[in-house]
Amino acid sequence: MTTGTTAGPVVRLEGRLWGLTRRQRTTLRTTLPVVVLFLPPALLLFTLFVVLPMGEAAWYSFYNWNGYGEPEQWVGLRNYEFVLGHKVFLTALQNNGLIILVSLLVQIPLALWLANLLAHRIRGALMFRLIFFLPYVLADVAAGLIWRFVYDGDFGIVSGALQVVGSEPVFLLAERETAIWAVLAVIVWKYFGFHMMLFIAGLQAIDKEVMEAAEVDGATGWQKFFRITLPLLASTVRLSVFFSIVGSLQLFDLIMPLTGGAPGNSTHTMVSYLYQFGVVRLQIGFGSAVGVVLFVISVTLAFTYRRIFMHHD
Amino acid sequence: MTSRPASGAAGLRPDALRQSYIYAALILVAAIVIIPLAMTALGGFKTLGELRTNAFGLPRNWQWSNYGDILLSERYWLQMRNSLVIALLTVGLTLATGSMAAFVFAHVAFFGSRYLLNYFLLGLMFPAATAILPLFIRIRDLGLIDTYWAVVLPQVAFGLGLSILLMRNYFRSMPKELFDAAFVDGCGYIRFFWRMTLPLSRPILATVGIISFVSSWNSYILPLILLNSEEMYPWPLGMMVYRGEFATDWQLVLAFITLTILPTVIAFFAAQRHIIAGLTAGAVKS
Repeated sequence: MTTGTTAGPVVRLEGRLWGLTRRQRTTLRTTLPVVVLFLPPALLLFTLFVVLPMGEAAWYSFYNWNGYGEPEQWVGLRNYEFVLGHKVFLTALQNNGLIILVSLLVQIPLALWLANLLAHRIRGALMFRLIFFLPYVLADVAAGLIWRFVYDGDFGIVSGALQVVGSEPVFLLAERETAIWAVLAVIVWKYFGFHMMLFIAGLQAIDKEVMEAAEVDGATGWQKFFRITLPLLASTVRLSVFFSIVGSLQLFDLIMPLTGGAPGNSTHTMVSYLYQFGVVRLQIGFGSAVGVVLFVISVTLAFTYRRIFMHHD
Repeated sequence: MTSRPASGAAGLRPDALRQSYIYAALILVAAIVIIPLAMTALGGFKTLGELRTNAFGLPRNWQWSNYGDILLSERYWLQMRNSLVIALLTVGLTLATGSMAAFVFAHVAFFGSRYLLNYFLLGLMFPAATAILPLFIRIRDLGLIDTYWAVVLPQVAFGLGLSILLMRNYFRSMPKELFDAAFVDGCGYIRFFWRMTLPLSRPILATVGIISFVSSWNSYILPLILLNSEEMYPWPLGMMVYRGEFATDWQLVLAFITLTILPTVIAFFAAQRHIIAGLTAGAVKS
């Protein structure tokens, strides 16, 4: 379509046409088709299915609306007042925080440790990597159902193991005190391999000579880890934390098959709360308000984190 | 990810004591990963009564019919087909629209291109679930509820931010001389895109393709809200329905889980290098 830049009578005209120089016109003639043809499909899809719904969520959130007809019953900030005062939502928010915390304190250290072990020249390192990464590839729904079985008091393998040593079966997912911890364990199981892979990639980028020099100088394993590996992996760690935060805020697929938010609404995340109280009950206005709250929290966290910790990565 | 030799780039060969510590640790973690999966697969061969009494052993009588019945049932194949169709449409549309937009952002300087790119990157900042209800209303008003497109279009839209970012960065890293030479020879942007950019960008197209395939194959919340009838359900939804129907028959549910995740596991081990590189590179480069 835009085969030539020199040929064509329009371009040969000297001087200005429509206030543009010849050079500008040439640029326009060659770039306009590609911009007009190539950009709109993506732009349309993105606007229609991501940006507009987000704007509409803000609009619907001021109404009490079941989704039929037009939203008419204006309720002002009532939906927001209800969300922010709802105990179940606050528990969900707390659970999201807990997921981030466990990720920081358990998952990332575990991933770092394993990445470090696998950096040694040992047989089977590749096989171990594959095994550790496998849960990440499985769908959250499948992992959730598998662990629902694992935790099942009557048929599951946790109780089966307890039986072997002669104690009573436990129903971890049915008790308020244990359910959220059982869920957190599954999250670590599912995602540590992903973080480990990030660290392995980071470790491979570290110059071998630095390590060898440290060994020649007689550094111990711990010294090498804290003085060399960790500082050099700092940007990977920051990235890993970022993914934990984002992942926590999106967590839904794993919750539904495991607990569906039960027992006593104690294991909801913000998204499963939105589903339970907005979608299931077709409370479009209320659900949209939850969405807006989630949006504000996500964007604030993501921006703040990037600004503070990742500004020069 | 670089493709350096797998066996530890930085490390030396550890001594015997340290080696046994490393293996003990690795085997322990591997066991925690594998035992739930293995017991799920084995549990599918047991009877319900045996699940209760014999949690870890091999089945006394292998119940092949648990698996056989599912494999002979229509629903299993239908779900797999639905998932596959949705994933392929998602990948195709993501690659087509994403690569074109990325090409413009990489090579064409026009007024406002920077703002437009940032506009797309907005999509990376918040979870898809935030706007799920308005999305439902929109899809419903478009008359798309219960069609493949109901799931495909939003999935593509939500994946565009990352896809465009990854592809733009790759396109930009191509030598500029290539472009200048083609341009002097009278090759326009669009022809350059077809003849040069796409053929030279197979690695990044594969990465984006893998990311969008895996996330579509595993996705749950969008189909849950945008599909109504069971004939349209992809496997994660079908699995939940099956579990709801056979809530008390864990052995059947386990067989069903095993059969539905089997393709993922096989594909993972068959193409592990590409899948791991794709999924982690996508994360690191974003």
